[in-house]
Amino acid sequence: MSSEFPLIGDFSPAPGAALSGARIGVVTFPGTLDDRDAARAVRLAGAEPVALWHADESLQDVDAVILPGGFSYGDYLRAGAIARFAPMMSKIIDAANSDAKLPVLGICNGFQILTESHLLPGSMIKNDHLKFICRDQVLRVENNATAWTSQYATGQEISIVLKNQDGQYIADEKTLDALEAEGRVAFRYVGWNPNGSRRDIAGISNEAGNVVGLMPHPEHAVEAGYGPDHTGTDGLGIFTSVLTTLVGGTK
Amino acid sequence: MPRIVVDVMPKPEILDPQGKAIVGALPRLGFDAFAGVRQGKRFELTVEGEITEAVLEQARNAAETLLSNPVIEDVVNVEVVAD
Repeated sequence: MSSEFPLIGDFSPAPGAALSGARIGVVTFPGTLDDRDAARAVRLAGAEPVALWHADESLQDVDAVILPGGFSYGDYLRAGAIARFAPMMSKIIDAANSDAKLPVLGICNGFQILTESHLLPGSMIKNDHLKFICRDQVLRVENNATAWTSQYATGQEISIVLKNQDGQYIADEKTLDALEAEGRVAFRYVGWNPNGSRRDIAGISNEAGNVVGLMPHPEHAVEAGYGPDHTGTDGLGIFTSVLTTLVGGTK
Repeated sequence: MPRIVVDVMPKPEILDPQGKAIVGALPRLGFDAFAGVRQGKRFELTVEGEITEAVLEQARNAAETLLSNPVIEDVVNVEVVAD
């Protein structure tokens, strides 16, 4: 572990040697906030984060990509609407849809970019109560068969950070029914619905399971001492999951 | 310069939280005649030179591609406004 990232407490994910070679791209758009945290989470999970710039066109041969949270382009027009047309996004959309099925994770604003890109169905509108919200949030992992959730048990409850303004997930009833029937609801809010999202949906996946988007922030719950309740590391599983996927898969 | 106006509204079945907040504020100011408010967006696209059918078609495409998200919004109007 790099001394640049000291761990508080005695937690260590102790990644195996086979995992440490994975390179995971983290995209920065103008207005992105959580790229550094996402890169840190990648490193703590045992992989190498690779900074990707929105205006570049090379994916630098990364094994997976994370679209981090923030307010790309100030949420102007619609959250994620302008970022979706960045040169880097065209490459990511092609790679996600290709036979190689590049694993792509969108967190918060990244999730919004994925829906605007049509990599994931539905859309996000303003929270039903109109306020920005920031709190610890319990989620239930509904599907552990995606590229980003394999290290969790189905039905497992995890506590990570939720912080957003446009977090209300919506889609038409037909789309929602299809998501449920195909097991593509990856995460659901537990205890209460913090933003009015349809069917308590906190995160979904595409059909192949390589693209996952979620509103809450797993990258803020990866280190003992800083996560929810100052102990939580429930978010780390997202990042170790994709490493497992990459080792098991054929890139 | 001639302009093309594009109006975008949230779909009827989509709850419009901003409109809801506004409809709550109206009666407090004595405006009690309104049962509902829905808030949309108006875009003004300025064109240098003449607005041809091809330019208008581009505006329609831009309205559907970038200016609106068909999952949550409808383009309700694309028209040329003379100065």
